[in-house]
Amino acid sequence: MREVRYWQALNEALREELDRDPDVFVMGEDVGIYGGAYGVTKGLYEDYGEERIRDTAISEQVIVGAAVGAAMTGMRPVAEIMYVDFLGVAMDQIFNQAAKIRYMFGGKAKVPMTLRTQGGTGRGLAAQHSQSLESWFLHVPGLKVVMPSTPYDAKGLLKAAIRDDNPVLFIEHKMLYGTKGMIPDGEYIVPLGLADVKRPGSDVTVVAHSRMLLYALEAAETLEKEGISVEVIDPRTLAPLDMDTIMTSVKKTGRVVLVEEGCKTGGVGGEIATRIMEEGFYYLDAPIIRVAAKDVPIPMSPALEPLAVPSVQEIIDAVKKLYV
Amino acid sequence: MIKDALVAKEKKEDLIFWLKQMHHIRYFEEMVMQLLAENYVKGGSHCYAGQEAVAVGACAAIRKDDYITSTHRGHGHGIAKGGKLNELMAEICGKAAGCCKGKGGSLHLADLSTGNLGANGIVGGSFGIAAGAALTCKMKKLDRVVLCFYGDGAANQGIAHESMNMAATWKLPVIYICENNLYGMSVSVNRAASVEDLAVRALAYDMPYKIVDGMDVLAVKEAVEQAAERARKGEGPMLIECKTYRYYGHSRSDARVYRTKEEEKYWKDRDPIPNFAKRLIENGIITEDEAKEIDAQAKKDIEDATKFAKDAPYPEPEALFEDLYA
Repeated sequence: MREVRYWQALNEALREELDRDPDVFVMGEDVGIYGGAYGVTKGLYEDYGEERIRDTAISEQVIVGAAVGAAMTGMRPVAEIMYVDFLGVAMDQIFNQAAKIRYMFGGKAKVPMTLRTQGGTGRGLAAQHSQSLESWFLHVPGLKVVMPSTPYDAKGLLKAAIRDDNPVLFIEHKMLYGTKGMIPDGEYIVPLGLADVKRPGSDVTVVAHSRMLLYALEAAETLEKEGISVEVIDPRTLAPLDMDTIMTSVKKTGRVVLVEEGCKTGGVGGEIATRIMEEGFYYLDAPIIRVAAKDVPIPMSPALEPLAVPSVQEIIDAVKKLYV
Repeated sequence: MIKDALVAKEKKEDLIFWLKQMHHIRYFEEMVMQLLAENYVKGGSHCYAGQEAVAVGACAAIRKDDYITSTHRGHGHGIAKGGKLNELMAEICGKAAGCCKGKGGSLHLADLSTGNLGANGIVGGSFGIAAGAALTCKMKKLDRVVLCFYGDGAANQGIAHESMNMAATWKLPVIYICENNLYGMSVSVNRAASVEDLAVRALAYDMPYKIVDGMDVLAVKEAVEQAAERARKGEGPMLIECKTYRYYGHSRSDARVYRTKEEEKYWKDRDPIPNFAKRLIENGIITEDEAKEIDAQAKKDIEDATKFAKDAPYPEPEALFEDLYA
């Protein structure tokens, strides 16, 4: 085992897949000479050349569209859209083309592409560079949605995403790139569709993904000292969603807090809460609580930005509320 | 001695094949209109009648393993690229034997086995796919080209610009085939675009272009051949604008209030099919009787395909959840 940063884990995954499969290539804005807006593709241009590490024009529609066309015809593209907020520019290519082609064509085509992007708050980038839009894509059958929270998961999941024969939306978090974690020296894969119990506990289930996982773990640490044992689950993949792992925990604890950085209305938590109630309402000892972003655009001001999204304290408060 | 230079350079069997393919498309579309009228076919169907020379001429200029991307008006492209009539008609009818197992229908006719990467329900939706397929051709050194069919309406979508810019910058083997049939649904091209000829937009990408008579199958073929040759040599994309006309309305609910009977007559007089038959007769390629025979055979082929489609079963309910993920 060795310690790496989140961005390095992603960089290693890309390198290993580029080495393994000649059909894999990377394209996007500033992924080449610049090394990616957040450094994930650093050094790839030098090592793999401009044919496989392609700097594109600022043209999100055709970045995604060309990835779809290349994937349909035998390549395995890893396209990068610099911010999740910019997916809106390319939306038709994601949800009408990438997601639907296999089904519309009766299974006679496949679209093995990975669309990397990053989202979230924390850098004062305001409303068009700080969103958490993952819930939008859960509404579109045909896509897979992956959101790693640790360097270990980031590497293993990205490799799985690249090898997957379906379009995978891989959403990183801008505040996680510098975080550190242990990874094995050898090759490993984290399968898509498998949640992970990041911290076992017996009293309350907290489900959190991406950066909120770290907040949830911090909250759990504090609550442990106060006598509440929190089980923290990271779904890792939001589509497909591993409800088995979540339900196993819910049956044990009977109490649930769902945490996400996206807006509460129409968010991921609404979906998970409903599914918990559908699959195991009678296991619940208290109403499910959602901790999510306020329903406002993300403000720039450092005085306001943190107020828009969940804090560790809010998670702690939510857990305690279950016992009132 | 054949006087017509474009006819003279082609083989007799090819000329006859293209005439028959155009007949196939026309009869296919007439049948689709009939099936829509009978309410046997549901949903949207945008008919290609009138534009046959474009699909047939363009596909005649490329190889079987080359790719095409199609449009919402895609039946003609599917036939011209070599799709099986039975499977295409069954698809329109939503049958399990269709080329997309009945799940795509008219708007999503695709047949990867013939290199047809699909019709598209979104106007301009295929521009990115064409660029991507061409990127595969280039990166894998496949010596293939991609024909990107699009209409005058799609020409005004943003992704058209992005795709052409990418293809021209990276010298991708795409041939953009603009089928200018004068109307994007009801809005005429001169009310939707600032240029008379959409082809001149190629200049913005330092891309060569050619404007051809889209009612002349051999003129289209010649232009696409030149473009394909360039593309295969790695010289990049080219834009070919085909001036053409759709004989039916945009879709079945269209009363065509936006165009005149005189204009329709002008274009019907230039019908690509009888005019091509006449040209072949005048050049001694076929006799009048042979022309009638080709016509009759094509009509029968479509009737057979329709019988196949009508007799074919609908998908089973289990198919609802099949083929979502690979």
